[in-house]
Order: sequence, then structure tokens, then C-alpha cells
Amino acid sequence: MKRNLLVLLALLLSFSLIAAACGSDDDSSSDDSDMADDAADDAADDAADDAADDAADDAADDSAAAEEEATADSDEGDAGAVDGEAVHGGTLIIQSSQVPRHLNGTVQSGYATAVPGTQLNASPLLFDENFEPQPYLAESWEIAEDGLSVTLHLVQDAVFHDGVPITSADVEFSIITARDNHPFKTMFAPVTGVDTPDEHTAVINLSEPHPAILLAMSPGLLPIIPKHIFDDGQDMKTHPRNTEDFVGSGPFKLVEYEAGSIIRMEAFEDFFIADRPYLDGIVIQITPDPASIVLGLEEGTTHLSASLGAAANVLRLQDNDDVIVTADGHEAIGPISWLEFNVNDPALSDVRVRQAIAYAVDRNFLADVIDQGITFPAITGIDSSSPFSNPNVETYEQDLDAARALLADAGYSDGDITLTIDYIPPSQAPYAEYVVQALEEIGINISLNVSPDFPTWAGRVAAGEHQMTINQVWNWGDPVIGVHRTYLSDNNVGVIWTNNTGYANAEVDSLLAQAGGEFDRDARIALYHQFQEIIADEVPILYLTTPPFWQAFQPSVQNPPVGIWGHMGPMHEVWLAE
Amino acid sequence: MQLVRTIAVRVAQSLGLLLAVVVLNFTLLKLTPGDPALVIAGESGAADLELLEQIREDYGLNESYLTQLTTYVGNVVQGDLGQSFFFNQPVTKLIGARLWPTILLVASALAFAIVSGVSVGIFTARRPESPVSHFATILALIGYSMPVFWTGLLVIILFAAKLSILPISGMHDVTFDGNWFQSWIDIGEHLILPAFTLGFLYMAQYSRLSRASMLEVLQSDYVRTARAKGLGERVVVYKHALRNAVIPVVTVAGLQFGSLISGALLVETVFNWPGLGRLAFDSVLRRDMPVLLGILLISASLVVAANLLTDLVYRLIDPRIRVGGKSS
Repeated sequence: MKRNLLVLLALLLSFSLIAAACGSDDDSSSDDSDMADDAADDAADDAADDAADDAADDAADDSAAAEEEATADSDEGDAGAVDGEAVHGGTLIIQSSQVPRHLNGTVQSGYATAVPGTQLNASPLLFDENFEPQPYLAESWEIAEDGLSVTLHLVQDAVFHDGVPITSADVEFSIITARDNHPFKTMFAPVTGVDTPDEHTAVINLSEPHPAILLAMSPGLLPIIPKHIFDDGQDMKTHPRNTEDFVGSGPFKLVEYEAGSIIRMEAFEDFFIADRPYLDGIVIQITPDPASIVLGLEEGTTHLSASLGAAANVLRLQDNDDVIVTADGHEAIGPISWLEFNVNDPALSDVRVRQAIAYAVDRNFLADVIDQGITFPAITGIDSSSPFSNPNVETYEQDLDAARALLADAGYSDGDITLTIDYIPPSQAPYAEYVVQALEEIGINISLNVSPDFPTWAGRVAAGEHQMTINQVWNWGDPVIGVHRTYLSDNNVGVIWTNNTGYANAEVDSLLAQAGGEFDRDARIALYHQFQEIIADEVPILYLTTPPFWQAFQPSVQNPPVGIWGHMGPMHEVWLAE
Repeated sequence: MQLVRTIAVRVAQSLGLLLAVVVLNFTLLKLTPGDPALVIAGESGAADLELLEQIREDYGLNESYLTQLTTYVGNVVQGDLGQSFFFNQPVTKLIGARLWPTILLVASALAFAIVSGVSVGIFTARRPESPVSHFATILALIGYSMPVFWTGLLVIILFAAKLSILPISGMHDVTFDGNWFQSWIDIGEHLILPAFTLGFLYMAQYSRLSRASMLEVLQSDYVRTARAKGLGERVVVYKHALRNAVIPVVTVAGLQFGSLISGALLVETVFNWPGLGRLAFDSVLRRDMPVLLGILLISASLVVAANLLTDLVYRLIDPRIRVGGKSS
């Protein structure tokens, strides 16, 4: 009897470890798959009811309304609201899963570089929530009447972290470096040179009007780096000072940089904005596993993160009263997940086939069920947060009959068309698997082509070896930077994130060229609207969802980074409440 | 003198082995699909032909296989493991910063596994039919069955999240500001969970192995003689039987050193421990060949060194090996 009791106790003790992990407290670490199943069941019921009532021409309104509702549900009031008067002090702990290659944003783009880079480096301009430029290192600026030059007037007393004054020569050096080395060639391609009539004036000369150049002077895209350090003849992309003893112009200076592990920064006392930054320092800890990041946020050891990972993590944090979760911020990044067609494929070259596929896919299901409500149905190739987005284009609300009719028109009977989808697991797997099921409903057989990692997938897509692929591309603020590259017919160059569809339309090329050189905002908007109508009709790409950059932070974080660049902007206004 | 000569021969053999490892790893990695230039482009969110070509030229990726191999081997012989494609820093610097955290983790896990495993094995061997012995058997089975990353997540949730008595991840408190002694206490606190997680699997193995070995040794004639002479049970077990019983454990521990390092990869990822394992995993995804080759070389060197050390420990434990005699 005694022995049996002891054995039973041993078994109970052994399973307590597992039970602790699998316990279902209302705000604790429930099994993620159980949460997903419950949420999916509820959302599926809701989605089925909603789908029956939605009309096609309400799609844009519904998407916007869903976005507002989701944002309201997630926020603890206004995410950017400030509680009390700002105080100095404290170290902000950020956990990020993104690994920067180095810290020099003039030669390296990407979120990973921009998050620390914008703390270490200032740029000529900041941007407000309406994508309007605001003074930063440039206290004022003028655009010439003919649009062929932009004059920047720099603040008078700005210095680098080593005390050397920031002058127009540094601005000239930074712009030319970015023009010649930055992966986003379109940002500064029209720059023919930069004149420096005096130490605080820089005149950017252009070969053609180029309105995108203003947004290209955002902190994450044009950091002003010290000419006296970097202009020594070494290759800028491999310059040792990109990581060692980095000297910048921003509100924080580098204390410690351990590649792939940690970036430690402290406040720069001589920052050119008086009484800023509020924080004593920022620590960016690179953490590959989002689960650890979520635990850190729940425990309070992490102040801020935008690397929340799966939908289950976002939903879990939303249920936690001690953490604020918001989709505000990062609007300029404009990520769009889409299904990309290789229009050179015999079947997919027919627009009716592409439209049929568009009618078969329910984007609301993707957003509400697959993504459990943390993404929103995409409308067009320019993110809805952009002033250039056209909400009134054809959105192909699910209509299986219309899909079948189009396929029949194109000469494909049920089951005689087989296509492949390339994708990278695990993040793209749900979308790919859903599309398989959706297209089976209209008689298209799909086989999935799994790439084990990014280089393999990118190689296939860049070489045009795919038929369809799941992809996510960022707008990067101005359409010239992140949108044109996908549709220009002369940009089908066998490289990933160029025109990998093979789409070619002379009218689209002309509209984009005109819009790219039009400084009048309203005229520019009209041109981009026309462009979006054409690509909506021709469907070289089926836009699926727009995944916002969900971020979570402690209530003590005041003035959180919810601007259009989010964490890719300077945090000199962020402060920590007691 | 014989010992010195033996070690010298073994070291020479090891160097040849390591050279073969370098060539083999280089060739195998060259055969894997995927272009490092595309990874760098992917990190940038954009790419163009000119950029990709320049990346390939900067890192010698356009050269022939033989040229790249001979260049690489020549550099390795001179102690230069090349530049990381991704970080553009010397591989030796990247590895150097992460080597000792991995060694600390692996050594701690191994020490925990051996000490606790042997202790449990001795206890259960002395009382084979006791309830505690059965409980230890069940625990060993559980430890052996659970994937190491799963164990890691569970202990994080229990001890770090729910009980909040140990840190969630990392090797150091990011806001730490203290003296060297406090620093080591801080590291120790962060080391507990990852070392336990990594060592738990092996503890289970060593407990079963030492139990079986001890049971066999306790049946030996010399142990019977020792008891007949009136020696206490504690002296019989720990002074006479243990040294023979632990030989298989030493053998297995030495052979498993390589798998410990690969197990550390998973543990380092789960616990965000800044070691070689995580760097290796990330380098695979990034096609960062120089870093991967450097890590493989270091790992191979550690395994070779561990096997050499195992042989030396044998000599310490068993005098029959020391004088060149055969063990019974």
C-alpha cells in the first residue's frame, strides 16, 4: 500500500512539470494550439455570418472599420497618450528578434539596422502621422520651383558623438554614400551632386523632379554619418567603423555592440535638441525566440518589443492587463502579404485565370481566421495607411461562381489546371495551405513547393522558376522606394523583390514615371490611384493581407514610438514613468 | 616519457584529422544551395544585380572551388578564419566572443549530469528495489524522452514565468551594474536553467549507466572480500567500487561531448544564451560560410580534445591503463 502511494506520488510529481506548463489560467501561458483552435472556432462562426452579409462595394469600408475596431480593442486607450510630465532617467530595454549586420544605415537598409541606427544617427527630416516632413537636423528646407534642387538649412550647433560639428559636408558625404551604396537605389538615383555653399547649407541637385527624396531623408533611410571618420578611402560597406567605436549624430551614443547579441547605448549629452533625450540609455537585446520576448514583457523585464511573432502571442498579450499592445506605428513600412503570379507562365498569363484565383480566395478568412484578427484584408499594392492608397479599386470579394465562369471562359474545365505555390515555412505555410483548399473549390489543383530557407526561395523566385508564390513586400514610405520596383517592366532583372512577376504594362510604366516626378501631392495621388486601378484589373498580384507591426510595451513607457516609422525612428521623446 | 610521446602522437593525428574536417566541411557547404548574397539582400529588403555582384566579388564567391578552398585552408593554417559574410567581422572575433559561454554551458551541464547521474545511479544500485529507485527510473525515462527544447520551455515557464525565481533568458541581466563577484553570481543565476535543461537528458543516461555498472561491480569478488574484511559499506562503495563503476560513464561522457555541443545549439536558442550554438544556427540560415566553417572547426577541435582528455582521465582512474596493461 505504502509502495503504491509512493509510486503514485512519483508520477504526480513528474507530471506536475508538464501540468504547470499546460495549465489554462485566463491570462497565462495556455497551450498556444488550444488558444488558436478556440479563437479559430469563434472567428470561423463570426466570419461565416459576416461573409453572408458583406457586399463587394463595402469591402474598403469594412476593412477600415475592422482595422479601427481591432486597434481600439488592443489599445489601452490611445497608445501614444502621455501620463504626466516627462521625467529624465531610466534605461529602456528593447527585445528584438531582428539581427543587424552593422550600424551604418547609409549602406544597409532594413528594420534590423534602422532600430539601433536611428538612435545613433540623426537625419535631416522627421515625419509626422500625415507623412508630412518635420524639422530635425534640417531646421528648414526649400524645394526649387522647377523641382531640380532641394536646399537644407542645418541646425547651427549640432555635433557628432566625438564633439566634431555636423556640417553640410557631412550631409553631402552621407547622401552621396547612400546614393552609391544603399540597396534602395531609387531613393537618391536622381541626385547629381550636393553643393555646400556654407557649413550649414546643403543644396541637393537633381537630374529630374524627385518628391520621394523628402521621405528618403527619414532617420532610417538617410542617417548623417561623420565624413571625418568614414571618408578614408575604405569600402563603406565593409568599413570597420560600421561596428567598432561607431560615432553618430543621434540622441544616443554607442556603449557596447556585440554582433547578434546586444547593443547598448547611452544618452548623448550634447544632442542638438535641448533637454533631450529623456532616457539615460537604451539596450537592444537580440532574442531569436518570440516566446522569450513575450515572457519578458509579461514579467516586466522587457519594456518594449515589436517582435511578437505569432498571432497567439499578440492575442495573449492583449489579454494581459499589465502590457499595452497596439498596432499603431510603423505605417510607413507598409507591409503587404500577397500571392504573386508569374505572368510568363502559360496558364497564369491569362488575366481571366488570375482573376478567377482572386475571386476564389477569401481574404477576410485569412485575416479573421488564419491570422486570428491581427491582420487586415489588403486592398491594393499601396498600404492603406499611405496617403497614396486607393481604397476604391476592385477587391474581388469571394465569388466562386464568378471564378468558375472565368476559368471556363479561359478554357479550363474542372480539374485540368495544376499550379504550384512556392513558399517558406513556417510563417507562410498557413496562407499557402489555405490557398490550396480555396483553389480546389474552383477546380485548380495546387502542389506546394516548400523552400527550406530564404536563399533557396529567393533564388527560385528571382529566376522565375515559380508559378505562384507567397511573398511579403514593404512599401517603405514613398511608392518610388518600395512600390515601383514591383511593377516597372524594365525592373524584371532576376533579383528578388524586383519585378518578379514579369508584368509589363506601358501605361503603368508611364503613370509611375509621372507620379515619381510630380511634387504636387494631389496630382501625385491621382496618378497613383489610376495605377492601382489598372493593377487591380490585371491582377499580376493578389493582395492578401496587411500585417501591422504589433508592438507591446509596459505602461511605464511614455511617448512610445508609434510614429509612421515606429521603432525605426529616434526615441528622444520616449520617457519612463516611475 | 611514454605518456608525453603518446600525447604527441595523438595531437599529430588530431591535426591531420582536423585538416580533413576542414576540407570536407568546406566542400559540403559549397554544395548546399542558396546564395549568401541573396541573404544579405534579403536583410536589406531590396536587391539589385549590381549589389549582388558586388557582394559576391567582395567575398570571393565568384572564384572557382579550388581557388576558394586553397585560399581558405591557407588562411586557416595561419590562424585566419576569414570574415563573416553577414557581420563583416573577423570570424575569430565572433567565435571568440561566444566560445566561452558555450564551454561554460556545456561544462556545467556535463558536470551536473555526471555528478547527479552517478549519485542517483549509486543510490539506486545500493537499493535497487526501493520506491526511490523506481521513481528515479521513471524520472530517467522522462528525461530521456523529452526533447531538450521542450524541457527548456517547460522550465522557463515554471521557474521563470510562474514562480519568477530565475531569469527567463540571456546570460546577464542587461541592466547589471556590479563588481566581478556579483557578475559571477548573476551569470550563475542565468546558467541554472540552461545547464539543467541540457544536462537533464544526459543525467538520465548516466544514472542508468552508473546504476547498471555499480550493480555489476558490487557483485565482484574484490568487493565481497572488502566487505568480508569488515570495511564499512560507505568505504566499500565510494573507495573501492566507484572507480571501476564510473569508467563506462567517463567513456560515454567523452563520446557524447559532440552531441552535447549540438544539444547546446537548441538550448542556447531557447534561453537566448549567447553561445556558439546560436551563432551556428543563424549562420546556417544566412549561408554565412566562414562563420559556419569556423564553428565546425572549433567544435571538431573540442571533440578531439575531449577524447584526448577522456583517455587521460582513464589513466588517472585505472592504473592498469597507466602501465599499459589490459583491463579485466
